Order: sequence, then C-alpha cells, then structure tokens
Amino acid sequence: MSASTNILVVGIGGQGVMTATEILAEAAIAIGHDAKKTEVAGMAQRGGVVSSHLRFGPRVLSPQITPGTADVLLGFESAEAMRWQHMLRPGGITLMNIARLVPPVVELGLFDYPADPLAEIRRHGNPVVAFDASRIAQELGDIRLGNTVMLGAIADHLPFPAETLLAGVLKRFQKKGEKLVDLNRRAFEAGRAAVAKEEAAA
Amino acid sequence: MAAVMPAPAASRHLMSGNEAVARAVWEAGVKVAAAYPGTPSTEMLEVLSTYPDIYTEWSVNEKVSLEVAIGAAYAGSRAFCCMKHVGVNVASDALMTLTLTGVVGGLVIAVADDVGLSSSQNEQDSRYWGRFAHVPVFEPADSQEAHAMTGLAYELSERFQVPVILRMTTRVNHVKSLVTVGERVPHVGAGFKKEPGRFVMVPGNAGKRIPLMFQRDVELRAAAESSPLNVIEDGSDKRIGFIASGPAYMHVKEAFPEAPVLKLGFSHPLPIEKCRELAARVERLVVVEEVEPLVETELKAQGLPVLGKEILPLQGELSPNVLKPAIARLLGEPEPAPATIAPMPVFPRPPTMCVACPHLGAYYTLSQVRNIHIAGDIGCYTLGAGHPWNALDTCISMGAAMGVAHGLDKGRGEADKDKRIVAVIGDSTFLHMGMQGLLDMVYNRGNVTVLLLDNRAVGMTGGQDNPGNGRDIHGQEAPRIDFARLVAALGVKEERIHVVDPYELPVLFKTIREEIKAPEVSVIITNRPCVLIKDFHKRKPYAVIDDQCTGCGNCLDVGCPAIHVSRRGKEVKASGREVDLAFVRIETSVCTGCGLCVQPCAPKAIVHHVPQAPIHIVKQEGSV
Repeated sequence: MSASTNILVVGIGGQGVMTATEILAEAAIAIGHDAKKTEVAGMAQRGGVVSSHLRFGPRVLSPQITPGTADVLLGFESAEAMRWQHMLRPGGITLMNIARLVPPVVELGLFDYPADPLAEIRRHGNPVVAFDASRIAQELGDIRLGNTVMLGAIADHLPFPAETLLAGVLKRFQKKGEKLVDLNRRAFEAGRAAVAKEEAAA
Repeated sequence: MAAVMPAPAASRHLMSGNEAVARAVWEAGVKVAAAYPGTPSTEMLEVLSTYPDIYTEWSVNEKVSLEVAIGAAYAGSRAFCCMKHVGVNVASDALMTLTLTGVVGGLVIAVADDVGLSSSQNEQDSRYWGRFAHVPVFEPADSQEAHAMTGLAYELSERFQVPVILRMTTRVNHVKSLVTVGERVPHVGAGFKKEPGRFVMVPGNAGKRIPLMFQRDVELRAAAESSPLNVIEDGSDKRIGFIASGPAYMHVKEAFPEAPVLKLGFSHPLPIEKCRELAARVERLVVVEEVEPLVETELKAQGLPVLGKEILPLQGELSPNVLKPAIARLLGEPEPAPATIAPMPVFPRPPTMCVACPHLGAYYTLSQVRNIHIAGDIGCYTLGAGHPWNALDTCISMGAAMGVAHGLDKGRGEADKDKRIVAVIGDSTFLHMGMQGLLDMVYNRGNVTVLLLDNRAVGMTGGQDNPGNGRDIHGQEAPRIDFARLVAALGVKEERIHVVDPYELPVLFKTIREEIKAPEVSVIITNRPCVLIKDFHKRKPYAVIDDQCTGCGNCLDVGCPAIHVSRRGKEVKASGREVDLAFVRIETSVCTGCGLCVQPCAPKAIVHHVPQAPIHIVKQEGSV
C-alpha cells in the first residue's frame, strides 16, 4: 500500500461524477496534498459507465487506483457501486446511493438488473452505507443537487475535515448567487446526516 | 467561449494535461493554433480558444489544421496544432514533406494517443511518426511535464528548425494534477521570407533537403543524449533496471520504487548511450512502453539484451497491477495476491444516444427498412450499430461511409443482388472527409442513398462548432455551409436531395423507401440539432397512460433512454404463440418532448405529461 488515499467515485455519464471527484481533489489540495484525478470513461457523456479515480497524499505517482486498493467507494448508482467492489481494499467502505438507473439494454430485456445490489455488496463483509441521495436531492427541489448530497455523504470519511470539502463545494456556486450556495449547503449537510443516521442505526 | 483572464504566473492549479499544454502554448507566445476535435485531444484547443492574444480555429480536418500551422510557422510565428492519434493519419501527407522544409517559427504538434481505445476505432502508437517523418518526439508523464515539455519543444523546434511531436496519451490528456504555471513571453515572427529551394518542394528542391534531414537526425540524437528530459534515476535494487516514457514511467515508479529507471522525456531520436549506461548498472533491463515495442526494437538492434513485450502486453494501458505480476514472474517470485474480491457480474452499460437525440429517428427508421446494407461513419451515430437499432454495418475511418458504401454497391455479390446500399454520415464528418467520397460516387455513377445527419455540431466530442452550424470556435457568427446546395454542387440531382425532419418518422421512412429504389445517388439530410447544443429547445414532456399501454414495446425500439419498463407480462396470441409484454413509463423529468415514441405507439397511450392539446413539431428557424 502506498501512502496515498484512494477514492473511487462511480456512476453514470451525466450524474456529475467527474465534477464531484474534481471538488474532492481540490479539497485535498487545499490542505496541502498532492493529487491526481483520472477517469475510466469512454463516451461517458452518453449514459455509459464512469469511474473516476482520485489519489492524494504527499506525492502521487500513478494516477490509477489498482484493484483491491480503494479506501472509499462513492457510488452514485446501485449497480455501479456493485460493479466496482473489487477495487476496494479489505475493510474499504462503500457509500452508495440506492437509486437504480436502468439502461436501455436492460429495458429491452437483453440483461437483468441485479435484484438487490446492496445485499450482494454486503455479502462480502466490507462496510457499506446506503442511502437515497436521489430522493434527498428531489426533496430539496432539484435532482442536480445529487452530487452535492454525495459529497456530503463522503465528508466524514476523509482524512481531512468535512468543512474543507464543504468550502470547496460552496466555492463552486459563489458566483451563482446566495440561493444556490444555501441550497448546496443544505444538500451537503443532508448527505452527511443521511450517512451518519445509517451508521448510527447499524 | 469568451476570453478569460489567464491565471497569474507561478500560481498552482489542478489541470488536465490538455489544459496544461494549452497554458504552455499561450505562454510560449504562439500566434496560431488549429485543430479538429477528437478525443482525447479536444480540450487543448477548446481551452486555448479562451486565452487572449492567440488566433485559434476549428479546422475542417487534421490535415488542414496542420497546414494552417505550417503556414504560420513559415511566416516566422510560433504555431500549434493538436489531434488524436488517427488524426495524424489524415495530416501525415503534410507532415511527411514538412520534415524536409522544416519550420521558421516553432511548431509543436500535440498528438493524443487513445491507449486503451476509450473512444476510438483503433489503437495506434504515434511515436512511429517520429521515426517515419524524422522529427523529434517528447513524451510527458503528467500535466506538469506536459506544461514544461511544451515550452522546451518550442525551443527545440526553433533550434533545429523542425516540427516537434508532443506525444500524449489519454492518461496524460485527461488526468488532472497540479501545475505551476509560468509567464507569457511574447514571440514576434519576422514574416515570410521567400526561399523557393526550401519551401517549394518539387523533386529538384526536395531531393536536396533529404541529406539535411538525415544530418538533423544525427544532431537531434546528440541533443537527446544530453537532454535533461532523459535522466537516469538510480535505485538500490539493481536486479532490474527500467526504461520508461510517458505515464508508463509513473507506473514503474509506483510499482518498483527501489529500481533504477531511465526516464525518457525526449524519446526520439533515442539516447542510445544513456540506455547503455543504465544497462551497465543493472542485471537486467526492461523497457516499459505504451503500446508498441519501439524503444525495445531499437535497443535490440543495437545489441542491448533488453526485455519488453515478451513479458508485457502489446495492447492497452499499462498500470502497476499489470507490471507487478509480469516482473514477479521474470524474477521467479510469487505473484502478488489478486484483489480481495472477484469482480461482481453486472450488466454492461454501453453509451446510449441522448434523450430526444435526432439520430434516434434516423436509426429507428433504418431499423424498420428491410434489405439494406448500411455503411456507417464516426460520431455519436456509430452507436446505431448497437441495440435496439442494429442499423449500422460498417465503421472504419472518418468519411469512409461514402467510399465503403460505393464499394459495397460496385462489389456486390450474388447474395446482395436485391440489397440497397445506404450510407450514414454526420455533418462534421461529412465536411471533414466525406465530401470527396460523395463526389466520387456521383462521378462514377454509383447507387447509394446517403443519410446526412446534420445535427449542427461535432456531437461526440462535446458539441463543438463547425462550418455546418455557422459559428466559429468562439461561438461567434461565421459563414454557414448549406448542405443541400453543397451536395447539389457535388453533382447530386436536385430531385434526389431531401431535407427531412428526423422527428417526423413517417416522412423519413417514406423518403428512405423511395430513394433506395432510385438507381442513382440520393442524399437525405436530417435537420434537427444535437440536444447538447444551444440550438436545441425542449418541448413539453410526454407520459404514458398506464391503463392504455398494451405492453407491445414498440416505443422501446426507438431506443430513447427516457423510456422505462414499469412491468412485464405475457400474452398468448390466437395462434397459440406466447409473446412477452413490456409495459412502459416515461421519465418525464428528462423527457424533452421530441415526440418520437408517440409515433410507433398503436394504442395512443403516450400523451403530453400536462394534459393539453398536442403540439405539432414545427420546422425550426434557420434549418436548411
């Protein structure tokens, strides 16, 4: 294991996975880390699989997280959280949105969507926290707040204070007005609270 | 994009390799930069277009972009050109003679190799062009190096009057890491100086330039030997020494921190003596390069006993988890334990066309037409080869749909006797390299029905502007090509040219059916914009009246990702045949009301989400 912290953010093109990872990278840099961020995303803009790798620490060499070395897996979608389980180190935690985004190939009946991705993930024994980020975002009035909810969800699982990440998120919206800043602060805190609640219940 | 105030010198930023190169090009005082979009190179020019004091353009193809850069460099200005790996194939005609004239102002060609084919039709190693064209090659390993090497490439280019290839890979272009930026140093060109013996490459002149090119190779090799970009980093574990370039260097350092490494930054001409020096220090030498064994082959030819592709893959990306087991096997050590969890089987999630994409109309219709072969091309519409349409039979290179379709027609075998030939090509691809193919098939009395999918954007790379939409790289108004007049000028008969709304399925179907029967070239131009660009306007979303849906699943054949199955069932037909039923719902929050799915719905179960009079699709302003 290298001295780097490895965070894998996964989801589908269009969910804001790459932006969320970039905000995480900026937060890591803000407290003095070196950081590299890379994607395994082809034509991801068109609803394909996206996995965004973030490594940070004193000095980062290879940008890729290798299988079995991710410290945290932040899953924006249920089946995607399941798809990348092999990337986690033993004991690595999964923080996942329980939303299911069903692709056309499944709707056409060519493939099946896993009946219970969360149960499949739990079978491996690594810690997992699941919550409904999409519903939280919708309740706040905009599904696009989903990635801020997800960033709130990971905030207490980072080797730096949640406030550093929150500051990074809000900086993105400063120019867009106080209303959006406030909305994103609430989305962030709601994501954070959802994870804390699940963990307390476990 | 509008010009922005560039970040101050010495400040530090999280930048992709593409952003870092753009910044360095601007710092180098480059006057002209040109490119055609192509993943993973696109953002270099996109970002450059936001900087002040530099001329940037989207050229119609890579060859033209290089020629524009050549002209600027002949004029003494610094010039820049970037492209994806396959773009160099297009530009190579200019490149192979450019090497004889050389340049006056510095010229850097940044080439992005899509190692691992994330968004390309093949995997090429662009370092070959360095050898083929006798030009130097730099290989950055991350964004900071990409920034630094770009500046050094301009110095080398002017010192040797030679274009320099900055060879990048996806893992440099698209990786974001920290970059400390520098100061802009303006560069003033002296203007074009007539020198026919050098700039007019007729045989008599060109022949005299060839010995100079070979002499330059010798000098460049000496420069590579003493370059600070090629350094040996010593290590305590002398069992294996590594020679690595580009991102492969990072993987080697990550996997084998104690091993001696020769890091190649200026990798062609190869610094042979530096390689020998490392060879003398270690027991065994392994070359780690993406993707082809170029350095390895050269070293073997020099008699150095190196290992490379005997133990490493010839295809795709390298990474620490590829290198570690290969080296463990070489050393006879136990291989590192695999990941703790085996990958869990999950359905594939291929890229889809967007909700309301006008191509959905074209491919749904093509999927309903029988007895056709469909030659395809490169762009979002290549996805038409996938489910549910399965309506694209070939894809090879930019513009190839034209020539391939013409060849399918002329070369038809007995089994194709009753087949009609269709070609599908996008607006930007047509302007890039498709026009010539159309001219060829018209001139040679071909019989192909061409679907020109004009969505007014280079969609696949993010909706860049092109001559088809009348906007330049800054989004400003520019002369707009009229496709109907263009194809008429290429010789297609007026009555064989149709402009059709791809959201009007019956009209499109009828037009295709009629034109494939015509014994000559037809062109059907679709006229709806890409949903990702500002020309696209949302309409009122649709919804499914649940108790009116019969579960026939016809709407699913459109392939729109906003349509979902709410429940499945089975029905036994009067014939006794059992059929699967799929009852659907529409995700109204993402539906933009294109109305495509409404048309194949027999029970009329799809209606506007908010009950009101249906909206008829009207032709948009400015459409051809």
